[in-house]
Amino acid sequence: MSTDAATATLDRPNYLHDGYGWKSWLLTRDHKRIAILYLVSITVMFGLGGIFAMLIRLHLLTPDGELVQAATYNRLFTMHGVIMVFFFLVPSIPATLGNFFVPIMIGAKDLAFPRINLLSWYIYVLGGVLTLWALIHGGVDTGWTFYTPFSTTYSNGYVVSTALGVFVAGFSSILTGLNFIVTVHRMRAPGMTWFRLPLFVWSQYATSLIMVLGTPVIAVTLLMVAAERVLHLGLFDPRLGGDPILFQHLFWFYSHPAVYIMVLPGMGVISELIAAFARKRVFGYRFVAFSSIAIAVLGFLVWGHHLFITGQSVYAATVFSVLSMLVAVPSAIKVFNWTATLYEGSLSTQTPMLYALGFIGLFTIGGLTGVMIATLGIDVHLHDTYFIIAHFHYVMVGGTIMAYMGGLHYWWPKMTGRLYPGSLSKLSALLIFVGFNLTFFPQFILGYLGMPRRYWSYPPEFQVWNVLSTAGASILGIGYLLPACYFLWSMTRGPAADANPWGAKGLEWQTTSPPPTYNFDTPPVVTEGAYAYAAEEHVVGQREVQGA
Amino acid sequence: MLALALPFFPEEASSIAGEVDLMFAIWLAVSLFFTALIAGLIVYFMVRYHRRSADEVGKPEKAGMWLEITWSVVPLGIMLAMFGWGARLFFELHRPPANAVEYWGIGKQWMWKFEHPEGNREINHLHVPLGQTIKMTLTSEDVIHDFAVPAFRLKQDVNPGMYTTVWFKADRIGTYHLFCDQYCGAEHSKMRGSITVMDPRDYAAWVAGGAAPGTSAVAAGAQLFQTFACHTCHVYGPGWVARGPGLQGLYGRQVPLEGGGSVLADESYIRESILQPMAKIVRGWQPVMPTYQGQISEEQLVDLIAYIKSMGEAPPQNPGIMPGAPGAGTAGAVGGTALAPTAPTAPTEPAAPITAAPAGPAAPGPRPPSIPSIAPPPGAGTSGSLRHAPEAVSTTTALTAARAGGRK
Repeated sequence: MSTDAATATLDRPNYLHDGYGWKSWLLTRDHKRIAILYLVSITVMFGLGGIFAMLIRLHLLTPDGELVQAATYNRLFTMHGVIMVFFFLVPSIPATLGNFFVPIMIGAKDLAFPRINLLSWYIYVLGGVLTLWALIHGGVDTGWTFYTPFSTTYSNGYVVSTALGVFVAGFSSILTGLNFIVTVHRMRAPGMTWFRLPLFVWSQYATSLIMVLGTPVIAVTLLMVAAERVLHLGLFDPRLGGDPILFQHLFWFYSHPAVYIMVLPGMGVISELIAAFARKRVFGYRFVAFSSIAIAVLGFLVWGHHLFITGQSVYAATVFSVLSMLVAVPSAIKVFNWTATLYEGSLSTQTPMLYALGFIGLFTIGGLTGVMIATLGIDVHLHDTYFIIAHFHYVMVGGTIMAYMGGLHYWWPKMTGRLYPGSLSKLSALLIFVGFNLTFFPQFILGYLGMPRRYWSYPPEFQVWNVLSTAGASILGIGYLLPACYFLWSMTRGPAADANPWGAKGLEWQTTSPPPTYNFDTPPVVTEGAYAYAAEEHVVGQREVQGA
Repeated sequence: MLALALPFFPEEASSIAGEVDLMFAIWLAVSLFFTALIAGLIVYFMVRYHRRSADEVGKPEKAGMWLEITWSVVPLGIMLAMFGWGARLFFELHRPPANAVEYWGIGKQWMWKFEHPEGNREINHLHVPLGQTIKMTLTSEDVIHDFAVPAFRLKQDVNPGMYTTVWFKADRIGTYHLFCDQYCGAEHSKMRGSITVMDPRDYAAWVAGGAAPGTSAVAAGAQLFQTFACHTCHVYGPGWVARGPGLQGLYGRQVPLEGGGSVLADESYIRESILQPMAKIVRGWQPVMPTYQGQISEEQLVDLIAYIKSMGEAPPQNPGIMPGAPGAGTAGAVGGTALAPTAPTAPTEPAAPITAAPAGPAAPGPRPPSIPSIAPPPGAGTSGSLRHAPEAVSTTTALTAARAGGRK
């Protein structure tokens, strides 16, 4: 690229030049600016959740809990969970990268409902404020799962305002999902058929289905918790005539699909990264696309694996166990297809690709351990131990956050029009990978040894593994701080990026960096499928027909 | 030394621990294989197909239907095999063997209370004999707790308002961690205890000379049966007004209900019938029983249910024998023994239910004032006769467990 040409690119009109005052941001209807608003908000939340995580790890350095009191510790892990799940992971990729790139990748000038998009951000902020209000006033100690009757009768934390915060934030997710579904159906550019869609769009679409169908259930469930806590309606507490296990069914009916809300968009990002840095069409495009839909659908049928040890019927447990294993098949299909994409590719090891490869490795471990704990006889031993903690952090942090970071590094030049330092970013990717494994692998061992989750103090024989885990968390923390520093630097000082710094395919790389307000100077017409790198693949659709 | 400092696997101390570990080891091997396969392929491809010029692109995809099928079907096959094995073990865990001896556990914020069939009570620590199959029946007084013994590879949520069960057969002498694994509030991590597995002879000595010798659960339940005046409606002889269904042989039976259907009389049903009698009305009976919600503690319920379970089959009609009379057999071998102390005062009994009758269902417990005097303190004779109780209990359990096994 020529530096002069790139600088000229930065100076030409783009969405960042479309007004500079705070009003131009807070009242914007541009999906790209709303994505930036979300990016800033979820980064604040990620920072908060990360600080809580660090305090938890520091506390667990010693078996007898010498850093904080038990009541404080319980609030720390609760707020860590609530913030990370509902205010970071759920909105992370959809509301930032999805918001920014779904319209561009399908050749649209915005989402279908720009005002609703802005509304969803305000709702998210309101939910966040309610939750932070509860935090500042003393926090909540129920765990992010709000299990009854502890949450409804016995907890003395700010359960209702936290639940209300999550309840409110849920609507922002419903609105985002609704917007994406309508946009993908109605706003595709001429020639952008369903099977020419980038796989990121497929995964966002599948995610949106879950958001729209699942989130109302958690909303109702949290209202029921508030109703029992405030009005003493007997719903969950047996003393009032309720059923405590009913809550778990309702909660996990949303919260297990929510795992897929969190990880499916990450899978979509990985498909983009692998294709871009292998310069090759994703192997088995249709299998990868439909596996997202399969995960979204099957994901609704597995919630009972969170209840294997509650005393639910053994027959129900059996059904949930086998369904949980079925949902692993589409995940396995994705992993194998990504790996096969590398075969005969033109592979580069730029920073986003490092994150993508890290994702595949960590998600594989997360997925395989997930199948282990879906096995009934084994789950009895491992349920509610650190094994579970390690498993879902491999999926949520090793999966979703690796993908989020990879996607951010991949699309950052497009979003800001600027580059970031290459070797420093590779170093941070490496630190995150090493730090992550050192943090969470010892927790698998702790879990098998029997260390229960949510323990403020623990038997001394578990200390060595806890110390290792805390050491890893420190490395992981530095790994996350580095990008925060160089991205901030890049925003003002980074060298200008040209339209397509990676030499990647996709409509987003055909427009300028940063894109103009309406994304394209001239509305695009699509004549080829996604990832048409090889000359033979420029004619799209036909090969698929033969393959099928 | 390093191995000591870095524990990898917990001790195996129960009959199922070995199988769980084997299943886990196989999963571990499968996982290592696939992780190594994926990681190996990635590294190999990254080296082999490294980008050589800035404008190089990858080669077009080759059709790979057979590959897609292979990597869908092979993992599915492995998973289904492991699913079958895991489910088989899980079913075994939910079917206590017929010879299981019943122990009780009650969780509350933040302690465990245990009761042995012999009547010994313990807090946070539980002693069990080696090689004996033990069925724990568990409940909670407040929030959800969890009874977890890593060395036994066992875990069961302990819920308020219902009973859950778990069984184990300890096969190694030692003391093992007992954890509460379900977050239950501020002192959750202090809700820890231990399970001590003892040689059966040592255990017998411990029970006999034990730290907390008491009346057996059945005997305590028999007393409560009098204290709460259950017998005024549920035990009857000739000339009595029968106002409640008899309880002999109730446990493990299907009970026909008003309005159709039936319910299995297990611990949870008996518990519900005591606390919320209106929830399920036995067919042919009037809904006149008052609720005992709030008047009876979880421990008392445990004893009462143990007693009701111990009532054997209904005796052959034997007119002239007053309820509770020595040797009457009203409540089966154990029940009869346990009721023995009440015999001296029994003659005053029949009057009570009749006078209490008009009180109706609204009265909070038709409890005649004379009742406290009916239940004398356990005498020497009582405890002597109770020596046989544990055996009898296990026999009852065996019968009902066998039925339970047949059901599932």
